[in-house]
Amino acid sequence: MENIRNFCIIAHIDHGKSTLADRLLQTTGTISDRELQEQTLDDMDLERERGITIKSHAIQMEYTFQGKPYILNLIDTPGHVDFSYEVSRSIASCEGALLIVDATQGIQAQTISNLYLAIENDLEIIPVLNKMDLDSAMPEEVKDQIVDLIGCKREDIIPASGKTGLGVEEILKAVIERVPAPVGDPNAPLQALIFDSVFDSYRGINAYFKVLNGEIKKGEKVKFIATNKEYHADEIGTLKLKQVPKSVIKTGDVGYIISGIKVAKEVKVGDTITTVANPAPAIQGFEDVKPMVFAGIYPIETDDYEELRDSMEKLQLNDASLTFEPESSAALGFGFRCGFLGMLHMEIIQERLEREFGMTVITTVPNVSYHCFLTSDKEKAIVLNNPSDFPDPSRIERIEEPYIKASVITKSDYVGSIMTLCIEKRGELTNQVYLTSNRVELNFNIPLSEIVFDFYDRLKSISRGYASFDYHPIGFRESNLVKMDILLNGDQVDALSALVHKDNAYDLGKKICNKLRELIPRQQFNIAIQAAIGSKIIARESLSALRKDVTAKCYGGDISRKRKLLEKQKEGKKKMKQIGSVEVPPKAFLAVLKLND
Amino acid sequence: MAGLYIHIPFCKQKCSYCDFHFSTSLKNKKALIQALCSEIRLRSSLTKTPIETIYFGGGTPSLLNYDDLKILFDSIHSNFDICKEAEITIECNPDDINEIKLSEYKKLGINRLSIGVQSFYDEDLCFFNRAHSAKEATKAILLSQDAGFENITVDLIYGFSMLTQKKWENNLKKIEKLKIPHLSAYTLTIEPKTTLNYLLKTKKINNMSDELVIQQFQFLIDYTSSIGFEQYEISNFAKQGFISKHNSNYWLGKEYLGIGPSAHSYVENKRFWNLSNNAIYIKSIQQNTPFYEEEWINENMAYNEFVLTRLRTSWGINYNELIIKFNVEIARHFNSKSQILLERNLIIKTNTGFCLSKQGIFIADSVISDLFI
Repeated sequence: MENIRNFCIIAHIDHGKSTLADRLLQTTGTISDRELQEQTLDDMDLERERGITIKSHAIQMEYTFQGKPYILNLIDTPGHVDFSYEVSRSIASCEGALLIVDATQGIQAQTISNLYLAIENDLEIIPVLNKMDLDSAMPEEVKDQIVDLIGCKREDIIPASGKTGLGVEEILKAVIERVPAPVGDPNAPLQALIFDSVFDSYRGINAYFKVLNGEIKKGEKVKFIATNKEYHADEIGTLKLKQVPKSVIKTGDVGYIISGIKVAKEVKVGDTITTVANPAPAIQGFEDVKPMVFAGIYPIETDDYEELRDSMEKLQLNDASLTFEPESSAALGFGFRCGFLGMLHMEIIQERLEREFGMTVITTVPNVSYHCFLTSDKEKAIVLNNPSDFPDPSRIERIEEPYIKASVITKSDYVGSIMTLCIEKRGELTNQVYLTSNRVELNFNIPLSEIVFDFYDRLKSISRGYASFDYHPIGFRESNLVKMDILLNGDQVDALSALVHKDNAYDLGKKICNKLRELIPRQQFNIAIQAAIGSKIIARESLSALRKDVTAKCYGGDISRKRKLLEKQKEGKKKMKQIGSVEVPPKAFLAVLKLND
Repeated sequence: MAGLYIHIPFCKQKCSYCDFHFSTSLKNKKALIQALCSEIRLRSSLTKTPIETIYFGGGTPSLLNYDDLKILFDSIHSNFDICKEAEITIECNPDDINEIKLSEYKKLGINRLSIGVQSFYDEDLCFFNRAHSAKEATKAILLSQDAGFENITVDLIYGFSMLTQKKWENNLKKIEKLKIPHLSAYTLTIEPKTTLNYLLKTKKINNMSDELVIQQFQFLIDYTSSIGFEQYEISNFAKQGFISKHNSNYWLGKEYLGIGPSAHSYVENKRFWNLSNNAIYIKSIQQNTPFYEEEWINENMAYNEFVLTRLRTSWGINYNELIIKFNVEIARHFNSKSQILLERNLIIKTNTGFCLSKQGIFIADSVISDLFI
């Protein structure tokens, strides 16, 4: 046990975490140069494209230091605000953390919140200053920030470069010398913490765990405490680039278990594995993930509902934070109300459904969870995750909406415009701190629903990408909210209803109608697009009928070409959702999110 | 076999709107004519009934001289059974037409001329990079009529920004004045690999607005109707007795054989299309290697083609024919889709079935694809 080191990496997106991780794998010989694809740890295509690690992974390295062999378990963590629960589980499995800071950019908001999480878990922090090879590196300034933040010594900060390999040996040395070996009782009953799981269509679910106490043996009968299910440990092993089966995983080590589990919900990140023969209590701190943002996901063809359910269940296998339950919409038929950790998470789920399962879906306007109090019972909150569930306004006493405390770190040049944005979004400034002479941290209390509506994109464009953002919920507050409906040729489209602040309703209604007019293609008839509060129309746009769509020539050589062309046109129409007689493209359902494009 | 199409892939120069396959070099002409004759021989076994129409298209068939055409006609006659009253058309550019050429055509049995006029304004012809002038176009038509060609069709283009409403009216009046019995009038379509597309992309020219194009289209329909033409297909107008038999056969789903580079054929539920590159086509024919691709038309595809071609004509969809040709499910599909289009007044009922309404013509593609399976 004394030669095991478990550590994770805390870094902001694009601060070079994956490249540096690759260097560690290469130096320890875990992966040959030939095998080294860029960013080895990110193996989902989507991750590679977006350059973010969505799912955490683990990999074991063997390294001999001063004549002694060591086992180093690197537990990779996602870097985006939406995935903080997964980060917290990864962190709980480690004794140390590499804090990677981009020497050209300095500390970002997300890094700070994950860092605090690591400090709370008593992790040994090893600060690393990455991208030292770049001309724009400002090592001294960034070192000041790090020293200020974690109170380390300047000389403890390791200068590194994932690109050139600078500092890699020193990082490995620091991990061995500074990160404590795991503690645990090898003789105690088994307690293993599940920090991740992936789905394999041949072998079922692979759960990744760290053994806190005791040991786990192949073939043993084990129990997952939170779900209260028992299984045989059919295969256990450690995680190299590929899985390496072992007969036992001992205290302090990290491994995987395959036990023929087929149902997603049976493996929960944060759950404890113990043995049936000699059970131990659950490890503290397990929580079911709490979704923050809700949206409907519907198949375009109503017949595909079952297939969608199947795909969602499979997705849930390796994304424990996705929740969903069946719902139905007058406009869209049967689908699911899904809970997401945040907006990025929602986009990722939608994209994964498309790429991995070939499901084109309609995602409805996302909303947060509201508390509604009726005049008949002013004390009891009804939780509403869907605008169309809203009771008649005359019965509502008050509505409360979730607020968050938001932290934005940015260059001082952009403070003014970021404040304007936050105020427009109903935020109130609570604090403003200069981290250095030109880096400011702003704190706001702001309704979560305002973050859902085109906040990220605008923050990014206002700050030319130089603002980082983090948040955590701070409870519910009363708000003057109204339900705004959208009508197409007089038919209400329930999937487009949204709860909005009364003061913003007119402006928003106008923008949404305008956006829909752009997104809905002209059809064989005129279309009226209206926004309404109750029976009152607050905005209206009209889309005139298609005027000209006719091929000039259709002779012998044209027939099959034109047929194929029109078959494509037909396919395009099929991808649209029929609302009354109006064909609406799936992207229109998210129109409200991109009002300022 | 209803129709025989011969593709002549040579032109003097490239028109700015054209994306057809052709060469401006006549170097390969002899070899190509030989290859055409070989293909005619190879394909002769496909025909079971006499040929009703022959059509020389291009490219520019009027670039061929008498000897070239004679070789082709000899080959056709020795390999196919040709109906006595066959309609035999050749596409001509006005600048190629003269008395000698016309008398040669007569001698060969050609009885219909398709003259590529496009516009009676020099500025438009220059814009399209045509080789002839407006004056030559008029002269070519008069010469043809003097030579005894009664069955003449003229091509015109409309719906481009240089063509004012007044000019369009004058072009149509000229058709009337010259007593042309058949007119093909096309909205300018800018295809991807053309000079016009380049000019459009680089903002040197503009598209005409849909509204104005529709206005010119409407004028075309009204004017031709007022002078006794029938709009028997979206872009084709004929006086009584002058409907093109060859083209009508395409739209009525009859079989046809296409000879030459890039030519298409439709035989026994299969569509073939030849290689489009002249040199490769010639080589493949000479060396007896595959020179065409083919596609089997299944029932759904056949139904889609049926809807596509029929609905473009004034005869429309014959409902009995649809019921006989296709299975019950397809008929049911048609019934439910056509109902909606009827309610929207985009198609109308006729004695025998359905055809496009006056409004439906302008968005024919949208209507047709709605009916597709």
